Amino acid sequence: MTEASIEDLLRELSPQVLAALTRRFGSFDAAEDALQEALLAAATQWPDQGVPDNPRGWLITVASRRLTDQLRTDLARARREAAVAALLPPIELIAPAADEDLPSEADDTLTLLFLCCHPALSAASQVALTLRAVGGLTTAQIAQAFFVPEATMAQRISRAKQSIKSAGARFDMPPDAERAERLRVVLHVLYLIFNEGYTASSGSELQRQDLTAEAIRIARDLRRLLPEDGEVAGLLALMLLTDARRPARTTPDGSLVPLAEQDRGLWQRDSIDEGVALISETLARARLGPYQLQAAIAAVHDEAARAEDTDWREIVALYELLNGLAPNPMVTLNRAVAVAMVEGPRAGLDLLATLDEDERMAGHHRLDAVRAHLLEMAGDRDGARDSYRRAARRTTSVPERRYLERRADRLSGDQASGERAARERAAGDR
Amino acid sequence: MKYVVLIYSNPTTWEEMPAAERDRALGVHFKLIKELTESGELLRVDGLNDPMATKTIRARGGVPVVTDGPFGEAKEFLAGVWAIDVESLDRALEIAAPVAEYDTVEVRSLMDLSGMEM
Repeated sequence: MTEASIEDLLRELSPQVLAALTRRFGSFDAAEDALQEALLAAATQWPDQGVPDNPRGWLITVASRRLTDQLRTDLARARREAAVAALLPPIELIAPAADEDLPSEADDTLTLLFLCCHPALSAASQVALTLRAVGGLTTAQIAQAFFVPEATMAQRISRAKQSIKSAGARFDMPPDAERAERLRVVLHVLYLIFNEGYTASSGSELQRQDLTAEAIRIARDLRRLLPEDGEVAGLLALMLLTDARRPARTTPDGSLVPLAEQDRGLWQRDSIDEGVALISETLARARLGPYQLQAAIAAVHDEAARAEDTDWREIVALYELLNGLAPNPMVTLNRAVAVAMVEGPRAGLDLLATLDEDERMAGHHRLDAVRAHLLEMAGDRDGARDSYRRAARRTTSVPERRYLERRADRLSGDQASGERAARERAAGDR
Repeated sequence: MKYVVLIYSNPTTWEEMPAAERDRALGVHFKLIKELTESGELLRVDGLNDPMATKTIRARGGVPVVTDGPFGEAKEFLAGVWAIDVESLDRALEIAAPVAEYDTVEVRSLMDLSGMEM
């Protein structure tokens, strides 16, 4: 077995092993620490010594031994070792037999997801813990992906585990009454992980794109576990349909390419096909939800062979549904673009004006960027340039700033410099 | 979201403060740093040396000119830089407030390399 396939195997097994350990020992945080050590042992020993016949049992045994040692140490510290050690079952009893009747892996992964996305945790902690406990990523990998020092990430994970403990959360499925709301949190966490990877813009951030793959992988698992849920399918479809465009969304130097200018030949056909099939099938049977609608919108874009073939009427209709279901200023912003494409830029600008008083959007660069785009469509070059420049100053993203400044430069009153730039570009192409 | 908390300080204010008050005020900083470390929000903390030790360099026209001391006439100088990664601007301001007891504190968001195509 190659090291890569061993790594895949370990990541597949780690949530199952963690679930088994938590069930057995009762303590999620101690189980998680023990699992990390067992994974490390496996990653160093298996490539040389071969993968054991029952890799899951092996990991459970090693981690259990570690947990038992830990329990003994803790007890010794309390000076009760002699009295209590006798009460601890020998390791052979703790380590499971090869085919022990563990609860189904499916239930375990789902329970783990619910635990990692516990509402007592901050979003950043939910993301970190999910990537580690369910995704099987190391703390170092997660820290690298989020550009924070490893010590910070380690602290975040350990704090998250403490919070779970002090919230008294158990390794059980949430009660039915809470299930829908808890699932909503899980989906949101997966979406955050996906976006963190998707918005990465340059080669130096390759490790972040792993996050996209990881989010899709977990969403696939989740869909297998909850095949009836429309929003789970909707989220998976949205991720596939969005991720399909990734090869075209940036140039090799990390510059952003807007949807209308992307080379659609670079889009990943198989992801689009899978996403379209999934969302079509889901819309036909499930209760409608925001992820499904966003996936449907992404599907309309992805199915247009050229930007000018986009069915904007369909997109407007979908945004109106989305607005009815889950109104928020970002939906209005995107709806304004679609309305402008159907009814003309003035109609889009009118809709945009309704956001001016919305304090959730106050000073948000996306509002300025969309306004700039619509003003440009309307032929108001000065207004568009000012809005592009304001958006450029407001964004905290380097590639967005570069893109917005370029749009503003193109509209600059300085014709000569524009022509010079065009000549230089032409010369560069030759 | 990542922010830097820039602490601008007037050295005279701190020199003239009674020792007990200085200890208390610094204690507030240390306590906060400890809390931020434990919550996984702190990326790094740096304190800057006295402005006396500052060199200012300008290289207009390719000729570097080095002068002693900070440029400008300010009475407050950059004394500390904290980098934090927090849920919201409100949280960043909540963190900065206790530090601003004697100093002027700027909260600036950091640029990052991610971006959405528009």
